[in-house]
Amino acid sequence: MATSTSPRGWRLVGRYALLISMTVLILFPIWVMLVGAFKPGNKVLQDPLLPTNVTLDTLRQAWRDGNLGRSLVNSTVVAVIVTVAQVVTAVLSAYAFAFLKFPGRTLVFGVFLATLLVPFEATVVVNRSTVQDLGWLNSYQGLAVPFLATAFGTFLVRQVFLTLPKDLREAARMDGLGHLGFLREVAVPLARPTLGALALFSFLSTWNQYLWPTTISTEDDWNTVQSGLRVLSQAQIDKPNLVIAGTVIVALPIFLVLLIFQRQLVRGLTAGAVKG
Amino acid sequence: MTTAATAATAARRRRWRDAPFALALLTPSLVILGAFVLYPLARAFWLGHQRCDPTGANCRSNGWDQYIDVFRSEEFQQALGVTVRFSLLTVPVGLALGVALAVLADKQIRGMSLFRTVFSSTVATSVAVASLMWFFLLNPSVGVLAEWIGGVAKSPGLLRDEGTALWAVAISSIWANLGFTFIVVTAGLQSIPADLYESAYVDGADGWMRFSNVTIPMLGPTLLFVGVVLTSRAFQSYGEFDLLTGGGPNGSTTSLTYLVYGNNSVIKSNSGLQAAVAVLLFGVLLALSVLQIRGVERRVHYGD
Repeated sequence: MATSTSPRGWRLVGRYALLISMTVLILFPIWVMLVGAFKPGNKVLQDPLLPTNVTLDTLRQAWRDGNLGRSLVNSTVVAVIVTVAQVVTAVLSAYAFAFLKFPGRTLVFGVFLATLLVPFEATVVVNRSTVQDLGWLNSYQGLAVPFLATAFGTFLVRQVFLTLPKDLREAARMDGLGHLGFLREVAVPLARPTLGALALFSFLSTWNQYLWPTTISTEDDWNTVQSGLRVLSQAQIDKPNLVIAGTVIVALPIFLVLLIFQRQLVRGLTAGAVKG
Repeated sequence: MTTAATAATAARRRRWRDAPFALALLTPSLVILGAFVLYPLARAFWLGHQRCDPTGANCRSNGWDQYIDVFRSEEFQQALGVTVRFSLLTVPVGLALGVALAVLADKQIRGMSLFRTVFSSTVATSVAVASLMWFFLLNPSVGVLAEWIGGVAKSPGLLRDEGTALWAVAISSIWANLGFTFIVVTAGLQSIPADLYESAYVDGADGWMRFSNVTIPMLGPTLLFVGVVLTSRAFQSYGEFDLLTGGGPNGSTTSLTYLVYGNNSVIKSNSGLQAAVAVLLFGVLLALSVLQIRGVERRVHYGD
């Protein structure tokens, strides 16, 4: 009781007041979106802030009109392929840089470093024609192959491998473990937290890609959720609540994924996730 | 002597012995990075000096001057201006808001984990989701904000007025990036040793002095990192312009990337000009990261 009137107590009240008002500000667009998505089309102008006339019809229609089922499958397939491949290629090349001595190692590593400076946006013009020449427009190969390896992942994993004590490799050698055995049974298990963070980061950035799928998916069946939302928003420009219902459907799965993997996310973002 | 010589040969042999295995491990990454990062960049450099038919065929050299011509062109200068203004609108505000949220949430009090989840939440929104959310919110026909703000917000709408469109896109982008900034700055705050605050307290520093003399300097590397990421994101922004404004009205939101790839692109059918702008975008971003890192490095406290 007494503390609530002390300066310290008032400061706490002030902090809560600020926390709550920031919460309201940040959640406001999300709330308006949810309310809109659950309203029937002819009632979207009524009570835009209150969940009245709640219905699932708008969500159902958006699901159908936006071909969102297919888009969700496409996004999932592409994101899983890219994630697995990025982790594997990163582990392999990181192992070479961290545990093997070979001529030109510094040079090759420098080349890897240089690719980090190239913004993807600067390469789309040429990549599109490469993918077209390969006959990969509107295909999983086209959506996934350009992203199967990143220098970012290699750096991240190499960094962890370098912190492993040298004796570990020697001890493993005494036990008769070759490089592949050491990689599989010692290095990878010890790097697991980082690999988890890398996997989540890869999954998220692939799932959220916008420019690339809108560039190479010209048929509805090959849209990812992001390019699918674009198509829906352009086809239904006069039905804002249909578009917002589609947005809710696309936003939901990734919210759940992040709620489950919060810890990996923090690690992944703070590890120096330079490529946004 | 002989043992040293044998050791040297053995070392040399070992150096080469691992080479084939190293090559095998590196091949997958090298193929992908070579084919989809290095080759396109080199190819874009080459294409950038050519002029092509609208079909992209019959490319003929137009001289390396084309880069200078493109750089000086009105369209490029306008897009560069839009992009720079967009980063100036989004990065400082986004950074300040993120730091404020993180400091606000940096205290073990009841309910804090819930607040933290909320503040991180926008990291889960993709550019398409965030943009369409704000499109719905700003849409004058749906009307929540339009009713409250009135004026241009009601007609023609904040996104369709030349004076406000870029601001409106910037707000959506700041909101979408807030979760990322909050998460990274929070992690930075937690890595500041508590005894620094204690000694500042003992020295009689009040809250504001502790913030400006301990928190901000110790956050230096984190702020540099977030600043670089946010700026390069702002320079590469595409989806928010595509979905919110389509580059309009009157090109007032045509950023560099939108100039190359957007619906209203005047150079979309000319792969030579497209490549030239893409290469210039690469140059601008490269210069930016070098400047940013060198400029801030001097004033950043990296700890010990």
